[in-house]
Amino acid sequence: MTGTSRIKYAPNVKIIRFPCTGRIDFMLILKAFANGADGVIVSGCHPNDCHYSTGNFHARRRWMVFRRLLEFVGINPNRIVWSWVSAAEGAKWASLVNTSTEEIRKLGPYDSYHKLANKPLEKEVFNG
Amino acid sequence: MDEIRKRAKELLENQTAKVVIGYGEGTAGKTRAVFIRKPEDTGQLIFDDRCEQNLAVYLLKHEVKHLGKLAIIATIPVMRTILQVASELQLTENDVVILGITPEKNLIELEGFKSVEDYLKTQDVGIRKEDKELLTKLTSLSLEEKWAYWEEELSRCIKCYACRAACPMCYCLRCFVEVNQPQWIPIAPNDLGNMEWHLLRAMHLAGRCINCGECGRACPVDIPIHLLTFKGVEDVHTDFNVVAGMNATMESVLSSFKPDDKETFIR
Ligand code: SF4
Ligand code: SF4
Repeated sequence: MTGTSRIKYAPNVKIIRFPCTGRIDFMLILKAFANGADGVIVSGCHPNDCHYSTGNFHARRRWMVFRRLLEFVGINPNRIVWSWVSAAEGAKWASLVNTSTEEIRKLGPYDSYHKLANKPLEKEVFNG
Repeated sequence: MDEIRKRAKELLENQTAKVVIGYGEGTAGKTRAVFIRKPEDTGQLIFDDRCEQNLAVYLLKHEVKHLGKLAIIATIPVMRTILQVASELQLTENDVVILGITPEKNLIELEGFKSVEDYLKTQDVGIRKEDKELLTKLTSLSLEEKWAYWEEELSRCIKCYACRAACPMCYCLRCFVEVNQPQWIPIAPNDLGNMEWHLLRAMHLAGRCINCGECGRACPVDIPIHLLTFKGVEDVHTDFNVVAGMNATMESVLSSFKPDDKETFIR
């Protein structure tokens, strides 16, 4: 709905589509960081709205455990923004992207993780 | 000890079990796992304070299973492993004779999973004191300090996978670390590969680890790698009120859910 409604939002996000939040292996989030992302938005349909009936319920449990584990090893959990956004919530999506971009920009480039991957992020990408 | 030998001998003589898995004398003052198949060999079995290894790791190995019906010397972690793998449908009551050993080193007969469950309810199955303290200490550090700690610890990992081999819950015939189309985790023990390997290992054991500590003991470079899975043990308890390995019929934590699971971070 965001696009159809011509709502403008920060251009910093690269959209990666999945059939369902249940398909988002936690490893894929780590791969985003390894490939240079400073933050990740994980989003999908609201609980009880799942096309596959229970995918997002399973995903939610997994995230709960994953988030605590990340924090335990010193990965800032605020670099991952989780939100339920339905296809009809165009305005919510736009504002989610905008606020997340702002928040993550405040945290700065995720050098400590990128260093692991030995792929320093290009400055200009971060500066948008 | 005599009691254990006597019982093992009986089981082998009357063919109730084909193999007794227990502890024997190893080299350099260490104990090792022994697989006793003849009644006259039962004298090799020992049990003392050094016998810490979680023997249940052998129960699901193809080459052991195929020897016939198994009996196992079962300390509390072994009993919990048995219940956990049973709940994952990897083992049934008929596959194994459980020779329970109490923390006071007494032999107890546990007939069926129900009696193991009842016995465990009366026992302390929590994380050991020294590990608990370490966990609390690590949790209280700042994010930067935590990162520095794990970056340093994991940088020593040589990816020998001894932690995986020692863990009785790591029984997949094909592990994700061997997935190479595409290469999922870097094979080399580099910083990124080590971090990814250990976070994945921890996630795959969340809700399944029975805090035996075997992975940490197995590590040749002394990384306290068990703390990562112990963290999951604590978390699934806080979040879902589940303790692994206490019940042979429970649902797996991460492949089940409750519609009212409570989190605070999803917007
Ligand atoms: S992860 Fe470590 S402590 Fe947990 S069950 Fe496996 S070997 Fe034991
Ligand atoms: S046993 Fe230790 S060195 Fe070997 S893979 Fe596990 S953590 Fe790394």
